[in-house]
Amino acid sequence: MDYPEDYYYTKDHEWIRVQGNYGIIGITDYAQRQLGDIVYVELPEEGQSFEAGEPIGSIESVKTVAEVYCPVSGEVVEVNEKVAAEPELVNTDAHKAGWLIKIRIKDKSELEDLLDADEYQELIEEEE
Amino acid sequence: MKNNLKKTALYDEHKKLNARIIEFAGFLMPVQYTGVIEEHLAVRNDAGIFDVSHMGEIWISGTKSMEWLNKIVSNDITRLQPFQAQYNAMLYPNGTVVDDLLVYKYNEQEYMLCVNAANIEKDFSWLEENKIGEVKIENKSSEYSQIAIQGQKAIEILRPLTKTALDEIKYYRFCLGEVVGRKAIISRTGYTGEDGFELYIANEDAVPVWESLLKEGEKHHLKPAGLGARDTLRLEAGMLLYGNDMDNTTTALEAGLNWIIKFEKGDFIGKEALLKQKEKGLKRKLVGFELMEPGIARHSYSVVNNEGKSIGYVSSGIFSPFLKKSIGMAYVPIELAELNTEILIDIRGKVKKAKIVPMPFYSRKRITK
Repeated sequence: MDYPEDYYYTKDHEWIRVQGNYGIIGITDYAQRQLGDIVYVELPEEGQSFEAGEPIGSIESVKTVAEVYCPVSGEVVEVNEKVAAEPELVNTDAHKAGWLIKIRIKDKSELEDLLDADEYQELIEEEE
Repeated sequence: MKNNLKKTALYDEHKKLNARIIEFAGFLMPVQYTGVIEEHLAVRNDAGIFDVSHMGEIWISGTKSMEWLNKIVSNDITRLQPFQAQYNAMLYPNGTVVDDLLVYKYNEQEYMLCVNAANIEKDFSWLEENKIGEVKIENKSSEYSQIAIQGQKAIEILRPLTKTALDEIKYYRFCLGEVVGRKAIISRTGYTGEDGFELYIANEDAVPVWESLLKEGEKHHLKPAGLGARDTLRLEAGMLLYGNDMDNTTTALEAGLNWIIKFEKGDFIGKEALLKQKEKGLKRKLVGFELMEPGIARHSYSVVNNEGKSIGYVSSGIFSPFLKKSIGMAYVPIELAELNTEILIDIRGKVKKAKIVPMPFYSRKRITK
């Protein structure tokens, strides 16, 4: 599995793709594999603000529930409605069609605390 | 701790298929291969194959076997024909459950008990403690592997691999036959709500039987299925899981096992306590429910009243792959245990509405004569 070079990653297996002052957030392919068949996705609402590390919602699979944490602080400007209706998108395409929310980033310097694709791949290699 | 875990004879087969392995009842078992939902639907639509070698096999033999065993279990085994199996329960004197099991009758002097993996030692000790006279009790669990093939295509897949006349094995009957030339107890039973067979074989025969079934099953879309799908399938079919839906804190009546309790057969352990409870009336009962809102109600989540106080608990809960809704079983106060009653379940801090529905949630008309 390729982990896109232009994404940032967290130790909790979220990714964020930065576009200007905005960031699109999802969970990684590694995370979806650990979870198994995803059946429900709980997402926040537009307008809600989160600090880095705060839970923004949860992903429920057949066997377990996992919280999703905000990689960097920001305000939700868009939520992926398609994923709410078709949660299995997170299994089949975690890095693209399975995106969860889009935020306006509060402070881009917080991105420096995140992992790049190489560091993230090292992390998951250790875990497996 | 990991070094004490047991492997079944099929462990390497599961690794070959990239199964995700988990610890279950002291064994390393496949929880899924390609995905719980896909495996579950394969069983409902075509067929699935399961390694259930972790289950226990205990033999009862001796001239007084039938008389003695009938006092240990709740169902009436005197009604069994030779080569017939019966769903049963062993109860404590207070009417709570030691284990649920299948009793296989060879003849009045010989029975095989198939018991839950997690309870093998406990069940064996219980039988030994309650032994009377010359009855012989043998734990042969480590000598047997077990493969279940379940689904409407199961019989077609097994047929070319055995000389045994499968059509003559009716539901809940078994015979001593063979599969690919290996001795096998072929039982028309299962834990999925579909037609199918459970094969008891020697450990050294497990791999050849497994591989032959997989190969023959390819054209029928046979899929290997793990413990994840085993749980979702049995729950849809309204079948109970010991440890979740009943244990040593729930009586057989509370768990809804009335249909396998035969009060009129004579004495058995737990009978007095159950009669008393029947007389006084149950205070709570196990019911099936369906969530009316998104989410999954899982084992141990509280059933609450309008004030948020816990009045019961969810014993098992899943997202049903076939029905595509959240279902489960829960212990609720007897006043609420009516069909269509609305109950409230606390799902990780959020109270969600559910409705009591009949079980089984899913059933397929069995294709046996």
